[in-house]
Amino acid sequence: MKVLNEIKFIMPSLSVNESAARAVVSSFLIQADPTVEELSDIRTAVSEAVTNAVVHGYRGSSGKIELTVKLLEGREIYIRVKDSGCGIADIKQAMEPLFTTAPEEERSGLGFSVMESFTDRLTVRSKPGKGTVVTMRKRLSVHGS
Amino acid sequence: MDLSINNENGAAVARLRGEIDHHTAKALRTQLDKYIITFRPPELAMDMSGITFMDSSGIGLILGRSKLLKECGGSLEIRGAQPYIRRVLKLSGIGRIVKIS
Repeated sequence: MKVLNEIKFIMPSLSVNESAARAVVSSFLIQADPTVEELSDIRTAVSEAVTNAVVHGYRGSSGKIELTVKLLEGREIYIRVKDSGCGIADIKQAMEPLFTTAPEEERSGLGFSVMESFTDRLTVRSKPGKGTVVTMRKRLSVHGS
Repeated sequence: MDLSINNENGAAVARLRGEIDHHTAKALRTQLDKYIITFRPPELAMDMSGITFMDSSGIGLILGRSKLLKECGGSLEIRGAQPYIRRVLKLSGIGRIVKIS
């Protein structure tokens, strides 16, 4: 599918950058004129993915998180959040609702459930010791003029 | 992120303003827990009408406070959540544990 525009944002794995990532996505998506609900869904999904990288990917360490957002033909939004952290040994288990490895930090274990519900397609690729790549796609509605 | 907790007509009301994510939840958790442990309110309402964003970190925050309040003999109520925050609340199923009005 043809890429109409794209942006790449690289940030250190600081929790303060969770809001920075949301702001970047919001600013970039203005050109696609999403509905308030669509933008809110995407912002939430991105926040979950970046938080996972900060909390789990780089647990007890730090590194870079790469956020890529693409506007594709047909009003489709592509989002990729990549970290080079510890990776996920069992992706299926990690994606189970309420599963968390950080209960002491009050992680609800709903990150992937939110990403799955608020986007059209979620793919998680991970290699222990190498890192995790989360990709999400969401098609925006056609509205207005 | 901004939090103020007041006693309004005998009931404790925590007014939250701003965005709740993993980063801001830490400070909220500390402030709310300090209040709960100190005053042991029989009822605490979290007024979310000033919240402009919340991800699943907010669910962890609510669940944690609900648990602590319960241990202190109290209960938690969530009020004023905007539609986009209600979507996250609904997805989590937290309504079975905490009163949402």
